[in-house]
Amino acid sequence: MRVNWKSYNPGKFFDELISSPGYARKPARKLASYLRSLNHEDLLQKKTASELAIKTMGISFTVYSDAGNIDREWPMDIIPRLIAASEWDQTSKGLEQRLKALNCFIHDIYNDQKILKDKVVPKELILDSGNFRKQCQGIKPKFNVWANICGTDLIKDGDGQFFVLEDNMRVPSGVSYMLENRRVTKRVFPELFESNYNIRPVTDYPAELFDMLASLSPRQVKYPSIAVLTPGVFNSAYFEHSYLAQRMGADLVEGGDLVVENDKVFMRTIDGLAPVDVIYRRIDDLFIDPSVFNKDSVLGVPGLFNAWVKGNVALANAPGAGVADDKIIYTYVPKIIKYYLDEDPILPNVPSYMCVDKKQRDHVLKNLDKLVVKPANESGGYGMLIGPQASKKELSEFARRIKSNPRNYMAQPLISLSTVPILGDRAVEPRHVDLRPFILQGNKSYVTPGGLSRVAMVKGSYVVNSSQGGGSKDTWIVEDF
Amino acid sequence: MLLSRVAERVYWQARYIERAENTARLLSVYSALLMDLPAGTKLGWHTLIQITGHEKVFAQRYKQANERNVIKFLLADCNNLSIVDMLAAARENARTTREIMPTEAFELINNLYYTARDNAESGVARGPRHELLEGFVADCQKIWGLLAGTMSRDDAYSFIRLGRSLERADMTTRIVDVGSSNLIPELEGEKRESEVREPYENILWMNVLKSQSAFQMYRQHVQHRVKGVEVVRYLLKDEQFPRSTAHNLTTLTKVLQKLPNNSKVKWQVDQARRLIRESDIDKLLRRGLLKYLDNVQKEIANVHFRIAETWFLSHK
Repeated sequence: MRVNWKSYNPGKFFDELISSPGYARKPARKLASYLRSLNHEDLLQKKTASELAIKTMGISFTVYSDAGNIDREWPMDIIPRLIAASEWDQTSKGLEQRLKALNCFIHDIYNDQKILKDKVVPKELILDSGNFRKQCQGIKPKFNVWANICGTDLIKDGDGQFFVLEDNMRVPSGVSYMLENRRVTKRVFPELFESNYNIRPVTDYPAELFDMLASLSPRQVKYPSIAVLTPGVFNSAYFEHSYLAQRMGADLVEGGDLVVENDKVFMRTIDGLAPVDVIYRRIDDLFIDPSVFNKDSVLGVPGLFNAWVKGNVALANAPGAGVADDKIIYTYVPKIIKYYLDEDPILPNVPSYMCVDKKQRDHVLKNLDKLVVKPANESGGYGMLIGPQASKKELSEFARRIKSNPRNYMAQPLISLSTVPILGDRAVEPRHVDLRPFILQGNKSYVTPGGLSRVAMVKGSYVVNSSQGGGSKDTWIVEDF
Repeated sequence: MLLSRVAERVYWQARYIERAENTARLLSVYSALLMDLPAGTKLGWHTLIQITGHEKVFAQRYKQANERNVIKFLLADCNNLSIVDMLAAARENARTTREIMPTEAFELINNLYYTARDNAESGVARGPRHELLEGFVADCQKIWGLLAGTMSRDDAYSFIRLGRSLERADMTTRIVDVGSSNLIPELEGEKRESEVREPYENILWMNVLKSQSAFQMYRQHVQHRVKGVEVVRYLLKDEQFPRSTAHNLTTLTKVLQKLPNNSKVKWQVDQARRLIRESDIDKLLRRGLLKYLDNVQKEIANVHFRIAETWFLSHK
């Protein structure tokens, strides 16, 4: 096997590494010629080295299956994805702007509801939303920020421009894999880091996350007690929960480790009960407190919600933040940005049709075989219809679902996702890719340089979710020169 | 502040690593004996099953307690009792306490598990067995070394030490069991018993010492040739040798000083220590050693129950 860029052909798609067969784009030139210089043994050795590193470092994720839960090694392709720094700086500003506006929106929804009164966003959309938590009304979290950690999915279209696909404001995951992918590439391609490229480091994230969480502490102490609340070892993202706790020096707790007394939260330690100030919860808000939300939840802590309402503990993200993570609300984000910040959105949305609107719904139903239909609040790529790839039966089933519950669906044209090369068994091959950067907001904002690139490993596929066979790539923000 | 749940997991992680190491040591005594004993001597492989306390499970799976079956059972089988499964349990506990352990420690445990999983079956054959078992022991020692060299002496470290010392105190009594159990050679042919018995016993006890890496230390500190009563005394009562039962019980007492609400556990450790201190090995070796070792193991098990009841979440 050798890398031959002349026979690498992404067809009609925008490829991020080459502009036409045999010609690399400017930032990627050194990478392309370096890869071409490697012989079969080098390539094989590097591939094996990365697989071994992933196994040794225990980078894994859990797949739920009928046969039980399997701890599977994290799939990563060794060829890094490059984004020019100038392009990224602009994108990063757009991400900050977006989260800022969305936080204004959430705060407004749970307090004055100005945006509803001004009829910029229809009231019924909020009141009908499965993510609206009426128990959160009137609450003012620190800095009036509800979504402190956001993972926004970006895609590039046929012209190579970034679009926002969705905002994940409940419990977005993936950041640990972004960090670990970098560790692996450093082991595999040390020579590229040394002299060829000026690559922005990603390692700061845990420290930034820690500072942000510490800034939320209700107690003014020098070292607030911070805990990461995980559903437990069987959760698919357990690796990440443990990883972040380790990197921050925070305690990793399960519901059973916490107890609420007099509206204050404590953890059970060998010395008895110890106070907790800030909880980075990685449990969906419906499960955090069985006395308020889902009564059957065994993952949560009875009394936790009230402790938060009383201001005795900070929860990140705040319960109720998911109201802005709804795929229908998504379509209003450009208006939301304009309304609260009086700015034009820096990052565009993918054009979308809301099925709740009769005219748009009719258009969707008529063009179902050309569109992607998404339910309002599913994640992980579940419950989606990809029209051009669907069977007749699936199409009519979705038409039925949309008609019976239009509020729950939106549709988008199938965007021609950009491609990047992966190292296949015999050659480099183009695969579709997306990008999930992570944005933090507390007293200030922070955006990861790059993010987690997720790759559809199957030829022609658009499904990048690791739970459905997707892979990943290290993402390099490289200085222009 | 150490979470109770984390304390429990690091404690068990340490116990499983130590148990895997000692099981490897147990198997290696046997494998060494095989080569040293006079031809015509048969080893009682079933003793290994008795010593580790797994007669019932073993009987469900195998009819015969021969070399192949016993080694397979303790090394590679999927039964929660084999070295492979112990290391899997150690790894699972390590995986779920990664946030408090040095990263390299997890990587060592993780790699050790994969090595065991991928190679254990090959150790059923005599050829590669020795190297495989030695490798396990060396890798476990590497883990302890790494933790000693990189981990803060915090509460989590104390629980690692508790788990390791408790397990080691217990496993050493089981290794002593090997020497004193029904290893009386079954003779074939016409040889008179005394001809074989004495050299046999010496070889046996020497291998027991070697399995605990204790042979040299014994020679330096016990001014006596290798002899059953001295070996048993050394492995149970010597305060200085780090694998002896007495030394590990003393370590427990020392570690306990650092932990809160320790009184019940301390009391229980004192019971076990007294049982060791006040024993008369000469007398026991003539009669009652097996029963006595059983009692020591029970006292050590009680220490575990006290630890669990005092600090662990699953007992609250």
